[in-house]
Amino acid sequence: MKNKKDNTTLLQIKDLKIEGFSDERWHKIIKGVNLELKRGEVLGLIGESGAGKSTLGLAAMGYTQPGCRITGGQINFDGVDLTKRTDSEKRKYWGNRMTYVAQSAAASFNPAHRLINQTTESTIRAGLKKQNEAFDEARALYDALNLPNPETIGERYPHQVSGGQLQRIMTAMAMSPNPDLIVFDEPTTALDVTTQVEVLAAMRDIVKTYGTAAIYITHDLSVVAQMADRIKVLRYGEEVEEAMTRKMLKSPKEDYTKSLWSVRSIQKPEKKSKDIILEVKNVDAFYGSFHVLKNINIKLPLGRTVALVGESGSGKSTVARVITGLLEPKIGSVKFKNRELPPSLKGRTKDQLQKIQMIYQMADVAMNPKQTVYDIISRPASFFASLTGANLRKRVVELLEQIDLDESFIDRYPSELSGGQKQRICIARALAANPEVVICDEVTSALDQIVQEGILTLLGRLQKDLNLSYIFITHDIATVKAISDEVVVMNEGEVVEQGLKSEIFSPPHPEYTELLLSSVPEMDPDWLTDLLKARNY
Amino acid sequence: MHPVVKTVLERLGLGLATLFFVSIIIFSAIEMLPGDFGQAILGQAALPETVAAFRQELGLDKPAYIRYFDWALGAIQGDLGTSFSGRNASGADRSAEVVDKIAPRLWNTLFLASMAALIAVPLSLILGILTALYRNSFFDRSVNTATLTTISFPEFFVAYILILFFASLNQIFPSLANVDPDTNFGERIYRTALPAFTLTLVIVAHMMRMTRAAIINLLASPYIQMAKLSGASQTEIILKHALPNAWAPIATVIAFNLAYLVVGVVVVEVVFVYPGVGQLMVDAVRTRDIPVVQGCALIFAVTYILLNLIADIIGIVTNPRLLHPK
Repeated sequence: MKNKKDNTTLLQIKDLKIEGFSDERWHKIIKGVNLELKRGEVLGLIGESGAGKSTLGLAAMGYTQPGCRITGGQINFDGVDLTKRTDSEKRKYWGNRMTYVAQSAAASFNPAHRLINQTTESTIRAGLKKQNEAFDEARALYDALNLPNPETIGERYPHQVSGGQLQRIMTAMAMSPNPDLIVFDEPTTALDVTTQVEVLAAMRDIVKTYGTAAIYITHDLSVVAQMADRIKVLRYGEEVEEAMTRKMLKSPKEDYTKSLWSVRSIQKPEKKSKDIILEVKNVDAFYGSFHVLKNINIKLPLGRTVALVGESGSGKSTVARVITGLLEPKIGSVKFKNRELPPSLKGRTKDQLQKIQMIYQMADVAMNPKQTVYDIISRPASFFASLTGANLRKRVVELLEQIDLDESFIDRYPSELSGGQKQRICIARALAANPEVVICDEVTSALDQIVQEGILTLLGRLQKDLNLSYIFITHDIATVKAISDEVVVMNEGEVVEQGLKSEIFSPPHPEYTELLLSSVPEMDPDWLTDLLKARNY
Repeated sequence: MHPVVKTVLERLGLGLATLFFVSIIIFSAIEMLPGDFGQAILGQAALPETVAAFRQELGLDKPAYIRYFDWALGAIQGDLGTSFSGRNASGADRSAEVVDKIAPRLWNTLFLASMAALIAVPLSLILGILTALYRNSFFDRSVNTATLTTISFPEFFVAYILILFFASLNQIFPSLANVDPDTNFGERIYRTALPAFTLTLVIVAHMMRMTRAAIINLLASPYIQMAKLSGASQTEIILKHALPNAWAPIATVIAFNLAYLVVGVVVVEVVFVYPGVGQLMVDAVRTRDIPVVQGCALIFAVTYILLNLIADIIGIVTNPRLLHPK
């Protein structure tokens, strides 16, 4: 394949307007956006959820999701206005001159077909290559993307390879017809940081080699900084600003752009504490015959925050299950205020249950959609504190005030709340029990940056006011820096190290901590290049 | 051993266990029927000694568990016992083996069921795929309404309507489906056409709607959007991307309906005077011919278990996660 890069315009979107149908009416999603992309150029689209970046990315291919319609503007791809073409005409472009890389590779591959057939499907359909030729080239792409066993990995089914590998195979699928344009829609958001590095490097390499133009959609500025030549910031379906990557990072003009990396600006000074309120001692736990936790020792100081950091599958959520008694450890114990807790939930007294509460990642599914805010919060308040009638209502209002919501929320249903408000209600529900230890399991992972900042500030204030101790489970290093006093690094069911934040984040590191920390993207466009050089790729 | 083989063997073992429990239930249920066979045959006037002697002859005086094991052991060897009917008060014994009574009837039932299935299953699949492809169109709505209409009427009503149009007003098919072992194959098909059509109309809606729903359910999956964005046409999306992942629920519904064709068609048999197992069983219940009732019930249980087992296996074999483990 030859490099397609030159300075001519490939894609030009003019004053594009898109509406989506929900709640019985049409809502504006994209409100007149302009976009230009040259051949071989990579444009980063960033913004929070609801900014319309995915809709715009798909629109660049002339595609609108079911329930959406284009109400104005033009999408000129190589001189052809896609808004005026029928689906069957656009199908000649899709999977041929323009391709798409989706966020969740695991869900975007058809479970019923072999990977190599899916990789080459559109290339063969478009008649660009014969089957064996397309297969050979797919294997070459697998190799170029650093996939293991490039000759045979294509014979596998999607469930037989890992998430990071799938994401690279999807990139191979997007490259297979040698398109002019690839739309990457949050391609690394679902991956662990250490995997993300490899995938980012592979994608950037291949796009450069072939001079393919790309639109890279993400909510993470530091990721887009590695990938894009130019960055466009979107909010509520409108452009906030656009600039070349280095310029955007050095001197963003708009306040909104600055706020996008606000979590990184919270810095809590760490405090030591001698009093240990909760201790996990020599715990080994199993799921069936699978050994999930291996000799875990964790100490939680009173009134402090211990962050449990690790990638998916490291066992950090399982630690929470052991502490709360949802999973009985095979060996070892959990001590609360120096007294051993019964291993199983069933054996614990009401008092013991009350002292340890949990907040979950998905506030959405952690609440019963058929209950009002009052029902949700009042249940633990009446169960643990035996409050009734006017006293119970007073307590619920008091709890709502603690989480910065007023009484007007009391009769709402979860569906009438925003993501941040839902998480606040979950926090209030945990507080209703008057706990001393709160386990926060990825509580900010599903939230936008600004909302995350609000939740983290709230948790910090509550800790001070109520002298709470937190176990904060997260995979996000920026969050760890923002809230923790101590840090526990976990990998494959083992504790790599535990210590004060300042100790963990300053060298020398154990090998895994080093890998984890160095894999966190930084706001520097040269970060990936430097890192790869340092790691000798 | 390949995990699929293992799972299939497990299911098979479970099926056998189910069959064992079902056989106990069948036996107990019949045991609990009110009335006494001896008394019923010999009449109210019979002397208690005569009734006792008759019961002894049939083995009804033995304890229930012994009779159960005799029956169950026989059934395993293909011997379902001797029919009670054909005996009378005078002691003349013209009774037949249960197997000999059931076998020709079962063959008739299976013949009718296969004919109905051969029409209904492909028809439902094709209609289901087409309605999924043209969902919410006029065609989709018409097919849905039509199949719902036919399933909403009682079977005998559908049967009489068909007789009215295809046997009375236009004499295309016979209104009576009386076949015997000497009827040749072509003649058989001709005579069973109307009952087969009736059954088809009764079961198509269920299978067709499940096929449609299973496919449409998958159309919201991210991999379907991915297929669209790789330029696949609607037909290709449905046949190549959705259908291969939809077989498990479809197979379950097909198995359910096929089982119904074997065990639940007594009304249709009566309307067309078709000599199937259903009628045999109803007659046997009326005459308290316990061995025949037990035999029929056991065959029905085997049919259900076997067909559901096949549906399970199809579900497993079409699931790459099970067929190609990590």
